[in-house]
Amino acid sequence: MSDERLSVLKTYKLYVGGAFPRSESGRVYEVTDSKGAWLANAPRSSRKDARDAVVAARKAFGGWSGATAYNRGQVLYRVAEMLEGRRGQFAQEVAAAEGISRSKAAALVDAAIDRWVWYAGWTDKIAQVVGGANPVAGPYFNLSTPEPTGVVTVLAPQASSFLGLVSVLAPVIATGNTAVVVASEASPLPALSLGEVLATSDVPGGVVNILSGGTAEIATPLAAHQDVNGIDLTGADADLAKELEIAAADNVKRVLRPRADDWSTDPGTRRLTAFLETKTVWHPTGKLGTSGASY
Amino acid sequence: MASENVAHTNAPTGAPKKADAFAYAPAPESRSLVDIAPSYGLFIDGEFGDAAGGKVFKTVSPSTEEVLSEVAQAGAEDVDRAVGAARKAFEKWSALPGSERAKYLFRIARIIQERSRELAVLETLDNGKPIKETRDFDLPTVAAHFFYYAGWADKLGHAGYGADPRPLGVAGQIIPWNFPLMMLAWKIAPALATGNTVVLKPAETTPLSALFFADICRQAGLPKGVVNIITGDGATGAELVAHPDVNKIAFTGSTGVGKAIARQLAGTDKRTTLELGGKGANIVFDDAPIDQAVEGIVTGIFFNQGQVCCAGSRLLVQESVHDEVLDALKRRLSSLRIGDPLDKNTDLGAINSAEQLARIRALAETGEAEGAERWSPACELPSAGYWFAPTLFTNVTQAHTVARDEIFGPVLSVLTFRTPEEAVAKANNSQYGLSAGIWTEKGSRILAVASKLRAGVVWANTFNKFDPTSPFGGYKESGHGREGGRHGLEAYLDV
Repeated sequence: MSDERLSVLKTYKLYVGGAFPRSESGRVYEVTDSKGAWLANAPRSSRKDARDAVVAARKAFGGWSGATAYNRGQVLYRVAEMLEGRRGQFAQEVAAAEGISRSKAAALVDAAIDRWVWYAGWTDKIAQVVGGANPVAGPYFNLSTPEPTGVVTVLAPQASSFLGLVSVLAPVIATGNTAVVVASEASPLPALSLGEVLATSDVPGGVVNILSGGTAEIATPLAAHQDVNGIDLTGADADLAKELEIAAADNVKRVLRPRADDWSTDPGTRRLTAFLETKTVWHPTGKLGTSGASY
Repeated sequence: MASENVAHTNAPTGAPKKADAFAYAPAPESRSLVDIAPSYGLFIDGEFGDAAGGKVFKTVSPSTEEVLSEVAQAGAEDVDRAVGAARKAFEKWSALPGSERAKYLFRIARIIQERSRELAVLETLDNGKPIKETRDFDLPTVAAHFFYYAGWADKLGHAGYGADPRPLGVAGQIIPWNFPLMMLAWKIAPALATGNTVVLKPAETTPLSALFFADICRQAGLPKGVVNIITGDGATGAELVAHPDVNKIAFTGSTGVGKAIARQLAGTDKRTTLELGGKGANIVFDDAPIDQAVEGIVTGIFFNQGQVCCAGSRLLVQESVHDEVLDALKRRLSSLRIGDPLDKNTDLGAINSAEQLARIRALAETGEAEGAERWSPACELPSAGYWFAPTLFTNVTQAHTVARDEIFGPVLSVLTFRTPEEAVAKANNSQYGLSAGIWTEKGSRILAVASKLRAGVVWANTFNKFDPTSPFGGYKESGHGREGGRHGLEAYLDV
């Protein structure tokens, strides 16, 4: 008998509608570290899980998109606060997932937390940067404002299990969309742990839904789903991306194509605006003068 | 019995009838303002020439079915030549200082203003829309678009897309037949301002104004190959979409074709913007100024014979004012003048093509078959040409085809609602999300409803207003990307 304590292993579960279900299919797959050692059994989501996630995301959309931008910023910042407290856990998970040193992983986690804070600050600024009043040639008040597209499927990058994940997820929800995230297929554990953080950060259930499993298996029904409004293809390879983009055309989804991203650089506003619509509202101003008021 | 019958006929009864007393004498615009050649070639690299395959097709005037001219049908070889010319011109055009590109665009805008009467008559002849609209709406808007984007050409660093945003390259542009010259302006002006070169394909039934625009490019001294115009049908458009050396496709047209283009461009580097169909909800609350609302309803659905993607084709009236609004609307429709589009007093012109007329008729028949109540004012339609009387459907439910499908003609479906929540739910119950209208005196209701509507353009107490400074485009299956305003630049910049 050894004196060493037997550690308590964690059962990783999906994060859907604010709850932590197992895959309805009852399937799991083996997640290993970079050297092939077993880390955990992650749920292998089915297309039914994907559809359930869309239902949850749709249900959450009205409340989240209708919340004030200030409130969304507060909630996002709260996520960063919770992450800060779990730096150690994420550093360990990222180190295992990506086969990098603990200190390098810690730096990536710090960068991810800082990125989350950066996007938290964008919620109440993006409308002023990309919206505005239009000087039309006529007696009209005319205003363009950005609005969230709706339910967005996010295929998280395969290689960057946490910084990459945060970089694609935060901008989608900062602007008021709700998200169905497909975690990195080989390294889903940091993503599944993020679900636990979100659940304790005032993020309403359903705003973010996190699925693990085969990227192609989960993404295919999501790309074809009529109630999904946008899809970020970052985590898809070229062949899968093409196939998903074709399926996405069925309801004219907004598509963000994959491209070589360097997650360490300033992300700019590209990912914030990718899933925004511009709504232009017109109203007569009338005029007050000798001829009196008019419509 | 006999006297009763007399009251129902239009036979003169002695004293002039009220309608006659207010009748308008014909006021036709002169056709001599425009000189249409018997045939036109493709405009490639600054020259007009025949299609390689030698194929041609005829373009007719929808109001008379008179053949106006013969134009070339571009095939794959011609598309390739046009794209090649645009590619060659791109290097120099994109390298020009923005201030020089601006001056070319200002020149084009001015020449359009100078030739606007000629172009208005031409557009009316080729499209069938009233001269009142081409003269007072289309042409001024076309010129305004070139003026607006001309001014951006040397200010791109201030547009919010970086200090030195780069053009994409060769833009393939496919436009519809409902606003031939205006759609050309929406596409070409921002493309040239940002330093791209273009190959534009006008619609099969309305190719002439784009060919006249080629002459304007010549007058403006625009470098060869910067603008290329290729005429043809859907096959020509498909060749353009498929061409490997095109960097961007801008399409305005049906949702079906838009989806096909999106599928075809999947997995490529080509950028796309799509302006597709719509089924706009025009919501009238019980406190709306009814007279203004009726004018707005008429503008919303009968402007351009209803052949407008953002038309207010679903009227949602609050139940308490339904009868009042319908009575006023029917009275107003009875005063619309339908006929010769070249007559300055004409309100409704011809439907653009026999094919479109057949589609409108079929959908209207479906509406009747499904149990909606059909009404049109008494009006005489010309015997030649493609005509459809302004039509209302009442007793319409959300399940009816006429409440769901885009008809793209002068057909209005009337539905009712009781609460603002119900109005919003019904308005949003559509695959489309291009436009919507709100009529109410209550400011907070306008803002609350406008914020809940899933549509790219919302007109409150007005309808169908356009301006080059205003982003225009749809939510959902009405397409993606915006045209107009600062937002419209993004479609042609590498951002």
